[in-house]
Amino acid sequence: MAQIFHHSTNTIARVSIYGAVIVIALLGFALNVVNQTSYVTEVHNARPQPVPFSHKHHAGELGLDCRYCHSSVEVSSSAGMPPTQTCMTCHSQIWTSAAMLEPVRASYRDSKPISWTRVNAVPDFVYFNHSIHVAKGVGCTTCHGPVAEMNITWRAETLYMRWCLDCHTAPEKYLRPRSEVFNAYYQPPSDRLALGEKLMKEYKVQKLTACTTCHR
Amino acid sequence: MADSPADKLAEKMATAPILGPGHDFASVTDKISSIVLKRRPPKWWWVGFAIAFALVMLMLYSITYLLIVGVGIWGIQVPVGWGFAIINFVWWIGIGHAGTLISAILLLLRQQWRTSINRFAEAMTLFAVACAGMFPLLHMGRPWLAYWMFPYPDTMKMWPNFRSPLAWDVFAVSTYATVSLLFWFVGLLPDLATLRDRAKNPVAKIIYGFLAMGWRGSAVHWYRHETASLLLAGLATPLVLSVHTIVSFDFAFGIVPGWHATIFPPYFVAGAIYAGFAMVLTLSIPVRKVFGLEDFITMRHLDNMGKVLLATGLIVGYGYMMEAFSAYYSSDQYERFMILNRMFGPYAGIYWCLILCNIVTPQFLWFRKVRSKVGALFAIAMVVNVGMWLERFVIVVTSLHRDFLPSSWGMYYPTRWDFALFFGTIGLFLTLLFLFLRFLPLISIYEMRALVSEEDKKAEGWSPAD
Repeated sequence: MAQIFHHSTNTIARVSIYGAVIVIALLGFALNVVNQTSYVTEVHNARPQPVPFSHKHHAGELGLDCRYCHSSVEVSSSAGMPPTQTCMTCHSQIWTSAAMLEPVRASYRDSKPISWTRVNAVPDFVYFNHSIHVAKGVGCTTCHGPVAEMNITWRAETLYMRWCLDCHTAPEKYLRPRSEVFNAYYQPPSDRLALGEKLMKEYKVQKLTACTTCHR
Repeated sequence: MADSPADKLAEKMATAPILGPGHDFASVTDKISSIVLKRRPPKWWWVGFAIAFALVMLMLYSITYLLIVGVGIWGIQVPVGWGFAIINFVWWIGIGHAGTLISAILLLLRQQWRTSINRFAEAMTLFAVACAGMFPLLHMGRPWLAYWMFPYPDTMKMWPNFRSPLAWDVFAVSTYATVSLLFWFVGLLPDLATLRDRAKNPVAKIIYGFLAMGWRGSAVHWYRHETASLLLAGLATPLVLSVHTIVSFDFAFGIVPGWHATIFPPYFVAGAIYAGFAMVLTLSIPVRKVFGLEDFITMRHLDNMGKVLLATGLIVGYGYMMEAFSAYYSSDQYERFMILNRMFGPYAGIYWCLILCNIVTPQFLWFRKVRSKVGALFAIAMVVNVGMWLERFVIVVTSLHRDFLPSSWGMYYPTRWDFALFFGTIGLFLTLLFLFLRFLPLISIYEMRALVSEEDKKAEGWSPAD
């Protein structure tokens, strides 16, 4: 009787047993790597905007305060996007005929807001409030990254729940004095942990990790 | 004395063989392998398969609709959040337990009568677990996120809540499925090789050859096979107890009256074996008939299974009694109300039906005459199958629908989708079973050959101790 299988199948069978383990492990590793790329997380991806607004120029070189445009950050859940009128406080006087700013003027003329492309957004099932974070000493750049160095704005953090919890379980690592919250170039002192613990007491910061803190 | 008909029957049953007379190695192998290798399956196979497969289509249809619309299509609504899905889950997973008991515990106890029923009892376990596993997944509402139940480095920094028996369930059931599958497959290896060697069809040769993993029947192969079987049996043995214990924790860890009872683990395990043996009887009686396997699955087997059914049925009956007694003895008004509500509340009909099916009916098994009648055994087994499903209905629904606050009482009514999915999984179970009967040897050929050689030795006057 002829053999059904060639004798090389013995080797193939043995290799495939170990091979399967290796392939599955490699697949898991690859998936993990892909999940951390900016393709998935959108971190460091500059998003095209209707007007190429540069935070680097406005907040960095000119030194505008964050709150000049994002005016509701201290009192509201949303930091607020500036209305076109805010842009026009300056741009009705300078660069009045720049082609780049035509969409801004058009928006002002027609009373139609500019539709910016959102860069940082948490999902709808997350309750997030800017004002409480600002009041408890969480700086703008802690979450939004070096905004004063961004030509076109990009997302600095993944905004994953894991990332939220990094701070919610250990706020002392991230807190800064209230006076420094809007400092775009804040450098933490060398005793940052001690400062953080002191601020936690002073500002009555709790480690809020109950599900209902954010998922209401 | 010894001449009375009852005693004659007793003698006949006690000495009934576990293998019909006149079989040798070749006839055993021929008989079992020819079921698989014969060219065309019989007409009844096609009819049965068609009906079962139609039910699978019903299942797929109802799952599709469920995924599109959500669990609202079922009858679950506050206060009864656990409806058919959990009832069916517990029912199916319980049915699986007899397979593991037969294949693992009876193997370790060297009960030879298990040989001819263990293969399809194990298959039954696998298929029942496949049906069971579906229900908790679908019950979650968003089954595509089921992997959240496993501890893996996710983006949420979430971890399964290991204090919850629902998380233990994931591991209990997946371990159970894995070990059962391995055990079944290891047991199949020598038989797959037999089929490979006997198959005429070249495609069948390659498929069976592939599955046989190069089995040549050398002494080393047999030695390793034996070791692996014993190790897996050792692994599977605690699973018989642990899986349904953990399933019972799903209930017992809750403070709901009617669930929060220490008797739950043993009572659930006994119920599982009870349901499982009922299902083995339900399946083996028609199978031995249509395949003419009366020599292999003898009256002795059916008699033994009837006894197991009676014994486990009595344990379950004790469980029901203790439920009522501890409710009374606790002096807790909620517990007392729960048991009265079960007996005389809106679902009283189902409760008494359950008592009739699970407690009263198996009492007939005390009589040898009943155990020696195939039809009666089949009928009792069917009644127990129904009864065990009703038991889970009573536990899930009557406990939830009226708990502490009368203002939040309610009723549970299953919808057509509940029934569609339930009957659909019965279809899946039967479909897998029909495919199994068609393509794999339903009785372990090599173990039957071992049995032949044992019988030969006995005939030659060897004592079992040799």
